[in-house]
Amino acid sequence: MTSKKNIGIVKSKIFKSLNPLKLQSGEILEEYNLIYETYGTLNKKKDNAVLVCHALSGNHHLAGRYSLKDKSPGWWDNLIGPNKPLDTNKFFVIGINNLGGSDGSSGPKSINKQTKKPWGADFPIATVEDWVDSHEALITSLNISKLSAVIGGSLGGMQAIQWAIKFPERLKHAVVIAAAPNLTAQNIAFNEVARQSIITDPDFNKGNYYGKKIQPRRGLRIARMLGHITYLSDDVMGSKFGRKLKHKNYQYTFNTEFEIESYLNYQGDKFAKEFDANTYIRMTKALDYYDPANGKRRNLSKVFKKIKSKFLVISFTSDWRFSPNRSKEIVKALLDNNIDIKYAEITAASGHDAFLMEEPRYHAILQSYFNKML
Amino acid sequence: MKLNKNNHRYDFPIIANWVNSNSKVLDLGCGDGELLNYLKKERNITGYGIEKDPDNWLKSLKKGINVLQVDIEAGLPEFEDNSFDVVILSKTIQSMHNTEEILNEMLRVGKQVIVTFPNFGYWRDRIQSIQGVMPKSKELPYSWFNTPNVHLCTIKDFDDLCKSNQYEIVNRLVLTDNKSVSFFPNLFGALALYNLVNR
Repeated sequence: MTSKKNIGIVKSKIFKSLNPLKLQSGEILEEYNLIYETYGTLNKKKDNAVLVCHALSGNHHLAGRYSLKDKSPGWWDNLIGPNKPLDTNKFFVIGINNLGGSDGSSGPKSINKQTKKPWGADFPIATVEDWVDSHEALITSLNISKLSAVIGGSLGGMQAIQWAIKFPERLKHAVVIAAAPNLTAQNIAFNEVARQSIITDPDFNKGNYYGKKIQPRRGLRIARMLGHITYLSDDVMGSKFGRKLKHKNYQYTFNTEFEIESYLNYQGDKFAKEFDANTYIRMTKALDYYDPANGKRRNLSKVFKKIKSKFLVISFTSDWRFSPNRSKEIVKALLDNNIDIKYAEITAASGHDAFLMEEPRYHAILQSYFNKML
Repeated sequence: MKLNKNNHRYDFPIIANWVNSNSKVLDLGCGDGELLNYLKKERNITGYGIEKDPDNWLKSLKKGINVLQVDIEAGLPEFEDNSFDVVILSKTIQSMHNTEEILNEMLRVGKQVIVTFPNFGYWRDRIQSIQGVMPKSKELPYSWFNTPNVHLCTIKDFDDLCKSNQYEIVNRLVLTDNKSVSFFPNLFGALALYNLVNR
């Protein structure tokens, strides 16, 4: 057996599109940039490309490090690399930062050519459909006519579904992990609390805060704390933190008493320093809006009629934000259309976040599935 | 303990005989996917398998089977009426809890249903019962304390269920060690195979 290796030092690239992109909102993006990274080599036939779509807080930096001093690797480094389940010895892997992001693709942080200032709040809201349209332009620019696979978890899984619906001829496989065909009311509600905490943060200044001394971190911090709770399960929080205290005894103050408080505060602070508030509220909007079947379950089967790709659908037992039942709705609509599909429900304690973990069965499934692809 | 279906493949050709070429097949409890693979080769079928055991699920995936990990005890809500030509339940019915419900679901989803099970009326089982121990055999390799089997039945029992639920038996075959048994099948048959349709 060959051992897993890390991908090493990686560099981002920029795709510049001068073709206007008509957004779902009706607005038109005259030109835009997408920052992306690739790993592995595109073969001569150009049939070994895998597009990895990111979720709410992800970006194009999937694996590897930018320098030797770089503290942490890309967000899906445990999956992607030489001899890893998504093996870069065989596959040419592509990661793209979605429109509205803040890591180099056109978004609220980038400069609006007309005003020569950052777009800020004026950057239009891009949806899952818009992202996939822009991905397609980038993939075409790389001369790839058919992707071997599009893979994503959560919001990334929705993009994989959208790829299969919109461009049936352009992908062989869709790998949809911990996703849903649309958000439930409860999910939208969580997103709205996150948005309100950001929007009502006085430092947010209606989204126009770039270049200012004070950045809107208070709301973003709370939004992340809330999100974090919902991405974990009650069980995993219980086993990790329980009622463990920071100090020996209660302090009877409002400072952190419990380990879980300290953990959430740490995660919130860290995220608020690294992530962009405008991007966060835009990503949650994209989640809320995505609904290819227009709210009708029966419609999903009709929407899937033109799909030609094969599917691997994976859910996690303890995921209550994108529960196995939501994945089964996708499975049902695919079955109605006689589409080749594999579906696994993985027993995992870590809730929605399980899709980012290195759970042995989960990675074994992905490894076997990708192995059979080429 | 996992059900190892590899030991008893002699029932595959009989099942294949009852399956028309190019049929759409659903195999409930498809194990490592061998039966579906066999039917693909022999009958050019398309279809899906359902398997809840993670190891068997992965073996099926590696064979390229469309394998779904759902709990069939909850019925088959993912499948539309008459959406399959054949639904198969091979050596699994004895370990199911909602036996009657799943048979009804199979006949809702499939135009034709194939069920196979170890016959608890087999003489070797009967002798062990008389001797005062729980029967163990090639078809029933478990001890009472680790068996997954909760609803064992005899051929006569299954015939009665078919009658009372109005399942029409199109074919019935009884086997012992790869040989067809027609003389007192409920006594001398180890494995029963049924080909059913809704009346």
